[in-house]
Amino acid sequence: MRVILVATLAAGFLLAGCQTTPEDQSAAAVEDRGKPGAKPGADAKSVERPKVAAVDLTQGKKDAASALKDPASILSKRSIYYDLDKYDVKDEYRGLIEAHAKYLRENPGARMLIQGNTDERGSREYNVSLGQRRSDGVKRMMVLLGAREEQIESVSLGEEKPQSDGHSEEAWSKNRRSDILYSGEF
Amino acid sequence: MRFLLGVIFFLLAVPAGAQLSIEITGAGAQRTPIAIVPFAGEAALGTSLTSIVRADLERSGLFRGLEVPPFSPPPNENTPVNYGEWRSRLADAVVVGSVGTAPDGRYEVRFRVYDVVKQAPLGAIAYLFTKDNTRAAAHRIADYVYERITGEKGVFSTQIAYVVRRGTAFELQIADADGERAQYLLRSNEPIISPVWSPDGRRIAYVSFEAKKPVVYVHHVSENKRQVVASFKGSNSAPAWSPDGKTIAVVLSVEGGSQIYLINADGSGQRRRISHSQSIDTEPRYSPDGKLLYFTSDRGGSPQIYRMSATGGEAQRVTFRGSYNVTPRPSPDGRVLAYVTRDGGKFQVALMDLANQQVQVITDSDRDESPSFAPNGRMILLATVIGGRGVLSAVSADGRIKQRLPYAGGDVREPSWGPFTE
Repeated sequence: MRVILVATLAAGFLLAGCQTTPEDQSAAAVEDRGKPGAKPGADAKSVERPKVAAVDLTQGKKDAASALKDPASILSKRSIYYDLDKYDVKDEYRGLIEAHAKYLRENPGARMLIQGNTDERGSREYNVSLGQRRSDGVKRMMVLLGAREEQIESVSLGEEKPQSDGHSEEAWSKNRRSDILYSGEF
Repeated sequence: MRFLLGVIFFLLAVPAGAQLSIEITGAGAQRTPIAIVPFAGEAALGTSLTSIVRADLERSGLFRGLEVPPFSPPPNENTPVNYGEWRSRLADAVVVGSVGTAPDGRYEVRFRVYDVVKQAPLGAIAYLFTKDNTRAAAHRIADYVYERITGEKGVFSTQIAYVVRRGTAFELQIADADGERAQYLLRSNEPIISPVWSPDGRRIAYVSFEAKKPVVYVHHVSENKRQVVASFKGSNSAPAWSPDGKTIAVVLSVEGGSQIYLINADGSGQRRRISHSQSIDTEPRYSPDGKLLYFTSDRGGSPQIYRMSATGGEAQRVTFRGSYNVTPRPSPDGRVLAYVTRDGGKFQVALMDLANQQVQVITDSDRDESPSFAPNGRMILLATVIGGRGVLSAVSADGRIKQRLPYAGGDVREPSWGPFTE
């Protein structure tokens, strides 16, 4: 039992966001191990463990950041596509947006750029505004899901950065989209 | 800062190689027949000055250049004009002149314009120029002839700006109004849109995406200088100069949505929000007197053109016909509004007489956009797509004369006609 407890504490140091409770960290348990004959609790001093301000360079950044690029992670999915003249996010993209909002919540230092895009038809400047309406909508959802407003910048590329260069509805449906980028990617 | 590494741009204007050329595909009914006699001594220039003058005048749609037989000796500005002979050649006007060398080594052109019908001289003038400014001299001559005969200022010496896309490279170019002498001001791997000349012709405001988002810049054409004037959080786009050149109306999303703000053209001071809607408000353009702002808004459910005081306030709807009317461009005299209207799946340029709301659609392609008035209001430059490629086209304000400016080297779009300059 004690061995397990110590092992748990050790693991707790390795893992960020230590899940141990104050009871788990009972100082007596540690004292006991060095004094086999002593009665638990009899002459043991109450030792308060100093608070640990853990800095974890592996979890918050490396592991999670690699999830942003891991094809198996939903976080690697970065594009939200829209129907013609639509600006609201379709149900099929809810999971994607929730996952990214969770990532922003759990990584307060993370910064996101959302680029709204339109198909090629119509005025270039009006399309900048329509793309903005798309990216603003995605940002609003992220904030409602707990991301902080200042983590996210929503912008528009209008019709200027098509994913497909074609002039058919098939091409246009790929170009009506919002793309999600994280710091370092823009 | 990383994005800057991915963008290659040069601030100095550099010759851009391939150039626009002009084709006249239609013509107005009444064109003044004019005889432009090759100027004595112009062979020394290596370029036919008078051919450029003739091409300019014909491009306006108001003149028809007559073939002139060789004279021996060639007449010059001092040769007495024989009105009867020119009348028999069906000329309504005639231009004669000569090219010589000034004491400082420059060339000097002297010429006279005559009204053959009234048998009266219309004026005479001389210009000094260096050989590499031969085209500029020709445009000046054409402007002079045009003004003497029509009573209006010519636009042959003005410049145009436009964007050329080649693959993933974008260039903001400026050229003479005839498309010649093209140079690039900015070359980038990211899109450039919405160039617009300042009223003094010395600066161009535009939107560049080099920062992975739209940012408004002001580029000083003759100086090695460009500055960011609007780079707020979110998108910054659709610049429009106030007539005094001190203020730029822009569209920002910094407070959410797309709303119209005023900023100082030198980038100083605070932004002032002047539109307050829950809708898209974009594409602002000042009326020539600076009192009104025309803009596009979808506040009524579909994009339509509205206008409001240039200091903000209540907006008044301007377009009512059709479900897509965008890109308002008031004419230089403020009497006509050019804009883009969608009819079926076609985007075409329409003109509205602002006094009586009469509308005339003046183009007939599928994807006409970005109309830009010549500073004399006579022609409108616009972007269209022909054979899958973007080209510039010019149409007379009455819709009768259409020209195409084909370009070999890429997709051309986003034209802006510059102002009159000295």
